[in-house]
Amino acid sequence: MDPLALTLIELGAVVFCLGLLARLAGRTGMSPIPLYLVGGLFFGAGGMVKLEGMHEFAHLSSEIGVILLLLMLGLEYTAAELVTGLRRSWQAGVLDLLLNFLPGAGLALLLGWGFVGAMVMGGVTYISSSGIAAKVITDLGRIGNRETPVILSILVFEDLAMAVYLPILTATLAGVSFLVGLQTVGISLAVVTLVLLVALRHGHHVSKAVHSENSEVFLLNLLGAALLVAGLAAAMQVSAAVGAFMLGIAISGATAHNATRILEPLRDLFAAIFFVVFGLNTDPTSIPPVLGWALVLAVLTAATKMVTGIWAAKRAGIAVPGRFRAGAALIARGEFSIVIAGLAVASGAVPHDLAALATAYVLIMAIMGPLAARFVEPIVGMLRRPARRAPLPFRPAG
Amino acid sequence: MNVDETDLPGLGRRKDFMTASGRRIGVVEYREGQTELIVSTWDDPDTCQASIPLTADEAAALGNLLGGQRLAMQLSEAHREVPGIVTRQFSIAADSPFQNQPMGKACIRTRSGASIVAIMREGEVLPSPGPDVVLHPGDLLVAVGTQEGLDTAAGILRNG
Repeated sequence: MDPLALTLIELGAVVFCLGLLARLAGRTGMSPIPLYLVGGLFFGAGGMVKLEGMHEFAHLSSEIGVILLLLMLGLEYTAAELVTGLRRSWQAGVLDLLLNFLPGAGLALLLGWGFVGAMVMGGVTYISSSGIAAKVITDLGRIGNRETPVILSILVFEDLAMAVYLPILTATLAGVSFLVGLQTVGISLAVVTLVLLVALRHGHHVSKAVHSENSEVFLLNLLGAALLVAGLAAAMQVSAAVGAFMLGIAISGATAHNATRILEPLRDLFAAIFFVVFGLNTDPTSIPPVLGWALVLAVLTAATKMVTGIWAAKRAGIAVPGRFRAGAALIARGEFSIVIAGLAVASGAVPHDLAALATAYVLIMAIMGPLAARFVEPIVGMLRRPARRAPLPFRPAG
Repeated sequence: MNVDETDLPGLGRRKDFMTASGRRIGVVEYREGQTELIVSTWDDPDTCQASIPLTADEAAALGNLLGGQRLAMQLSEAHREVPGIVTRQFSIAADSPFQNQPMGKACIRTRSGASIVAIMREGEVLPSPGPDVVLHPGDLLVAVGTQEGLDTAAGILRNG
């Protein structure tokens, strides 16, 4: 067959299947990410169908997917929100980091994956999926709840932590010497601070540079700027993803909201391809051996996120049911865990089992997270007052 | 009244307060401009029993209803001494013949004897509106007069 025809047919079939999976996810109210991963496992290396024709396109698309995911993560919060979030919830953020980074890192060391593996797995278990958390909060009608700002400020802290973590990860993966690594991390920390300062004081200039009333011009400006910045960052040995993320932070105000709206469909497409490609490159037969460890890690890190949420909500003066709701909303891991694992796998510096473990782990957590958030309330309610069913009659005060 | 304002990073802002009956009530204002009315459950003030999305018009109408109620109650209180005088509220419907017209065009006082003492608009009170005030759909008119006079005024506002 003509190679172009083969590529188009394969790509069309894959995207069409993704559409079916996304529809299934929508029907059942779950995140599409685990389904995309399973879809990817089904095709590709060791799977049932081999896809050769679309390899090049899929590879580039998944890179763009990562850039768009991080650009939109940066767009999600304004620089002012990041700074206030950092000031107000750094204690909860640090507890979150310690409790959830250590289990992943510890298991990696236990499995003999060394320091690099520990850095990667720690990141995979640390970062909650802000996408899944936001969807769960919205779907369950909890935006007006008192614990919601607590959850959001932890997500904001994680967002900032990513800005520091990703350059460190990239340096570690590149296997540079300690001094060079320190230099890279120093440069990226300086860049993060600079970008935050610029975004706070002069964010409107950056916004003005890309903004346009014409949505076509705006889209092209945004995408062009994102790819340029990402490419330059990659050339400077800071990861491309970090560059896109920084650009996202620097764009502020109304421009950021419009950018989110305009980029969403593109992000959905390329991110879906990224998840599939990650699944494609993972051999499904490598998953069963690590499934036990994935389950252990899932239970452990669900508990640690729970503790984080409960502690943070308690500090904010929230009653017991709300504390559990806050904990459960944080459990889901998703897109960014896969981004971290994807960066690691692409560098070739980690054993192949890591990809399998990360895949199995995210599959479990992306499904378990929303379920936990939904059912934590009735469970806590049942445990707290087992006998009384009927609500108390409403008595107006005074 | 102490209204709490809380930032919701990435989403918007929540403004709410605790009622005397122990329920939390307020609004969530989204960055994109939508408004949601929130009411907490009876047993857990942290959680919401309802979050009701409101359009700009609906939010303004609700604000008028609540604000107008208070004004009408105060006026009724003031007129209790005068027998036969009643306070009533009229809303300007989207199909009212006087929408976007100056109020004087309706000649309410001349035709019915009732007086429009205030207009509630988007939660604000316009006291003693003159004949030049332009009526908008959704406005709430607070009128004082006799029972019959107010019936006549209602007919005028509805049918011209």
